[in-house]
Amino acid sequence: MTADENRDLEAEVRAYVGREVSAPKRGKDDVNLAMIRHWTEVTGDENPVYHDPEFAAKSSKGGIIAPPTMLQIWSMEGYSMCQEPELDVQRELHKVFDAHGYVGVLGTNTVTEFYRDLRPGDQVTAHTVIDNISERKTTGRGVGYFIETVTKFTDQSGADIGRQVFRVLKFKPNAETAEAKTSTAGAAAEKPALPTRIQAPRGHDNAWWWEAIDQGKLMIQRCKGCGSLRHPPRPMCGKCNSTAWDAIESSLDGEVYSFTELHYPKFPGYPYPLLCAVVQLREGTRLIANLAGCAPEQVFIGMKVKGKVERVDDKTMLPNFYPA
Amino acid sequence: MVARISDKAAIVGIGSTEFSKDSGRSELALAAEAVKKALDDAGLKPSDVDGMVTFTIDQNEEVDVARAVGCGDLKLYSRIPYGGGAATGTLLQAAMAVATGVAETVVCYRALNGRSGQRYSSGVSGNLITGSAIHYSWYMPFGLLTPASWVAMFTQRYMHLTGCSRDALFEIAHSTREYAVNNPAAFFHQRPFTREEYDTAKKICEPLRLYDCCQESDGGCAVVVTTPERARDLKQPGVMIRGVAQCAARDQEEMTSFYREEIARIPEMDLAADEAYAQCGLAAKDIDAAVIYDAFTPIVLWQLESWGFCNYGEAADFVKDGNLRPGGRLPTNTHGGQLSEAYIHGVNGIVEAVRLVRGTSVNQPKKPVRHALVTSGVGVPTGGAILGGMV
Ligand SMILES: [Zn+2]
Repeated sequence: MTADENRDLEAEVRAYVGREVSAPKRGKDDVNLAMIRHWTEVTGDENPVYHDPEFAAKSSKGGIIAPPTMLQIWSMEGYSMCQEPELDVQRELHKVFDAHGYVGVLGTNTVTEFYRDLRPGDQVTAHTVIDNISERKTTGRGVGYFIETVTKFTDQSGADIGRQVFRVLKFKPNAETAEAKTSTAGAAAEKPALPTRIQAPRGHDNAWWWEAIDQGKLMIQRCKGCGSLRHPPRPMCGKCNSTAWDAIESSLDGEVYSFTELHYPKFPGYPYPLLCAVVQLREGTRLIANLAGCAPEQVFIGMKVKGKVERVDDKTMLPNFYPA
Repeated sequence: MVARISDKAAIVGIGSTEFSKDSGRSELALAAEAVKKALDDAGLKPSDVDGMVTFTIDQNEEVDVARAVGCGDLKLYSRIPYGGGAATGTLLQAAMAVATGVAETVVCYRALNGRSGQRYSSGVSGNLITGSAIHYSWYMPFGLLTPASWVAMFTQRYMHLTGCSRDALFEIAHSTREYAVNNPAAFFHQRPFTREEYDTAKKICEPLRLYDCCQESDGGCAVVVTTPERARDLKQPGVMIRGVAQCAARDQEEMTSFYREEIARIPEMDLAADEAYAQCGLAAKDIDAAVIYDAFTPIVLWQLESWGFCNYGEAADFVKDGNLRPGGRLPTNTHGGQLSEAYIHGVNGIVEAVRLVRGTSVNQPKKPVRHALVTSGVGVPTGGAILGGMV
């Protein structure tokens, strides 16, 4: 693109600065308990001031309030936004950029100010203007312009209740980025990777054990001084103080020494409910591992188990113990 | 050899912020307020303070708290590791400093945004709060990530060995809740609950359900420790530290001591109890009320055994007989405990134990409280203190 073309584009888009994106948008629903509940369920926010009338009445809020972060939610277009969005001034502006090859769009950041708590029954109206368009910038994603919109939120009495600055980058995707996108545009590439279990940090004293697990083997550290076995591995023998050691491979025969069924909190990458046990190995040491192939109510302390080192997700090999 | 620490130091001031789920301010603000309130309670000025003790996991530097409150020169600053296991360890540091003259007036504090900030129930799932990443590598991939999960493992085996049922766990949860109902500072103030609510609450880690687990709280607490001589001239009747001990027992891990001969026991607390009793020549029969660390219901049972209120395996019956209740043998967690008041890592417990000896608990037992026990967190290296009136 030539300097002239850039100048043309910039002149065209700068005319949008200061314009209202559309007529003020009144929220389709007033602030209400059902939407508050959906929001807090999804975000996992258990603060009772959002749902427990009795608690809220006694709190400093004096009654139920909406989570402040829902401010923008109340005036959102809803489902129609992803069907046939209305061609407002902001979308028009984006089309101007598109026509000049700036087809990429990336939300970069928002800054929100909250002036008062919203309560069920409040009506929220959003007034959005195109506030600023930056100079032409070179970014990691490509060359582009930052567009800033400012939304003022008002209530039923016309009083200001909050303000939000929203910043997006409209950019010309880098050649290589675009290429990478094309080459992986198959259906499989669209799928986000599944979360995996938290990986064991590996250091001087434990990495060898996890590397053996990766090879399908459960090892037990053995002191070269006195022959005693120890787990978890430690750099020195507490019995004879020898720092020399080797390891034996476990038979994977054992029994349940204690166990629990994990329900909550649920962490990404783990299947719940998840059975976890202290397993007493035949060799004499114990370790923590998951139980598999049995229902929780079948598990008991003293149950004989047989281990198997296996892949549990894309990144993780672990010993699992099955009823023997 | 028994430590000569008994009656060498007294607690002369206590202070707490409000307890909440979202303090809306910094942990430093909480710490400063708690410390200032404790000094006001004692009738001391910030410039009287020459020592500060807290937890290694506390995010408030001693000097920052000192500057915020306007303290002068400090001659002692010290920190105790192992989460809630540090609670009464702060008293041991303060008492040693006061007894040896290293410092004359020491403030012990703990302040945290334990709900709105780093949530304690999330355990080691996020950024490790302890730095001991290799240690937790043996548990994280298996999903054993939270304090509740570690405690559940000990609990299941304890129940298996002793025949203890959920009836005893309920009694602990229920008795502390009943105390909290009367305590305006408690999260569960005026919110009693039923057995049905307890039994149907969310499952956490078998056999623990929601109400077997303590609060996650924002708040701060502080106590002021000084010499018995100075204590006599102050506003409040001094509360003597009769005995105070901490212990990390053989083969201890932080929360995951799964490899000992028997895991359904807490030898570190047994040893701390022996030591604290030996220091002051007292025994379980001399303890009139207690604040027993209750991050989870079952850990109260094990501590009752450690401190000799009953034999091993008998705590469930001791509890079910109503002994923790207002008229019982050992009114316990009269503030509502960490299950029902707030989870300030046991320092709100120290504050309550001081009130019990002063006679100012919101649930003050009818009988005289000559000695009150207060303990630290369980599963970690731990300890306890025996508090009594001025001698
Ligand atoms: Zn050895």
